[in-house]
Amino acid sequence: MIIFKGVHKWFKALHVLNDINLHVTPGEVLVVCGPSGSGKSTLIRTINQLEPINEGSLIVDGMDLSDKKTDINKLRAEVGFVFQQFNLYPHLSVINNITLAPIKIRNTPKKEAEEQAMVLLTRVGLAEKRDAYPLQLSGGQQQRVAIARGLAMKPRIMLFDEPTSALDPEMIGEVLEVMKDLARSGMTMVVVTHEMGFAREVAHRVVFMDYGVILEEAPPEDFFLRPRHERAQQFLRQLLTPMQGH
Amino acid sequence: MEQLFNISVITDNFTYFMIGRFPHGPLGGVGLTLYLAVASCILSFIGGLILGLLSVSRFPAVRYPALAFINLVRGMPLLMVIFWMYFLLPALFGKIPENNTVILALSLFTSAYMSRIIVAGIDGIPKGQTEAATSTGLKSWQVMYYIILPQALRNMIPSFVNQFVSLIKDTSLAFIVGVSELTHVATQINNRTMAFPTEIFAFIAIIYFILCFAFTTLSRWLEQRLSWSKAI
Repeated sequence: MIIFKGVHKWFKALHVLNDINLHVTPGEVLVVCGPSGSGKSTLIRTINQLEPINEGSLIVDGMDLSDKKTDINKLRAEVGFVFQQFNLYPHLSVINNITLAPIKIRNTPKKEAEEQAMVLLTRVGLAEKRDAYPLQLSGGQQQRVAIARGLAMKPRIMLFDEPTSALDPEMIGEVLEVMKDLARSGMTMVVVTHEMGFAREVAHRVVFMDYGVILEEAPPEDFFLRPRHERAQQFLRQLLTPMQGH
Repeated sequence: MEQLFNISVITDNFTYFMIGRFPHGPLGGVGLTLYLAVASCILSFIGGLILGLLSVSRFPAVRYPALAFINLVRGMPLLMVIFWMYFLLPALFGKIPENNTVILALSLFTSAYMSRIIVAGIDGIPKGQTEAATSTGLKSWQVMYYIILPQALRNMIPSFVNQFVSLIKDTSLAFIVGVSELTHVATQINNRTMAFPTEIFAFIAIIYFILCFAFTTLSRWLEQRLSWSKAI
């Protein structure tokens, strides 16, 4: 579904992705973690070419991203993306946030698009907010709308870039529930997150990155119990220490 | 003893101040001032939008001419642009009514400034909006049209208002090429009556103020109406 082969990326002199080789299979839930600045966000952003790659090959859903003839907009329509900062359109109501892309790109009739949007809104538990504006919603609600917006294009892959990092602690749970539900439905997902509970519960595989390199790739039970790489051990210790205080 | 402030010069010529010789002759006075301002306002908005979008184009062949034009116009006094249009256009295209040359001059001049406001407005929209919209598969013109511009234009309203208030006042320069807008009408009446310059020019100052103030008030109302962030 997603195949990275020898992918490199530089921001000027900074080598942000260094020889990435990774294969995501259909229906797989992959969690990417690592310290900040490790390149994990850049990695996920290359998958729908929000960041173009400099070297290597990247094939997403059968489309080759290093080929100039590939229609990037078509690829992006097949890949949903959820951002840390939600990025809902503040000038559009919730329902219009969700239906914009299906109406403009898939030429779905407005009525049908709205019906589908209502199904999605019900799924994320926000059916009653259809006419609200994004800034009237809490962070957790906004992120759930953002997920519904991503799903509205019926994507084959969903990408999540730290979807809970900008949320107040009491709102993280509601967003994770929606994501877990999605994972169980068989969606192919790549999730950059520090939510280790989520990783443990629904991820099929965890990838640990640092300095633009994939240092470890393992099923969650192995990764959490027996991290091989020293930096991964250190990273997990730092994540888990504050929790032990409770 | 001479009256200190003779209001009769205003009341006697009131219709002339307001609409010139209209409907028996061409529109003049406040009517023409408003016509010049509104027409230039609409044209310069369109012109500014086009220039602004061209000046942030990905293609250098489009971007550089647009930037060159903007900088050229911004480096000229408005009066110069008015003269240019007044003498150049008829030489190129034959007879063109003075009103139109003035509207064109005001529009060109104001579009250059408007384009910078529009670019700043576009730049002011967070990058995440573009990313979110492109990531759903919208083409770049669709992102601009459905997502960026509606937000940017709303944020630009205060700057637009500044520009249009300047525009209303700038129409007074049209008197130099004989267009009978408010200032021109005032000088005519002043030349004819000779004795009341204070009354006449105080009166048109008040008129200009009322026009500008009305516009500012209207825009404030519009800004509140279009607000989505205050809906909370």
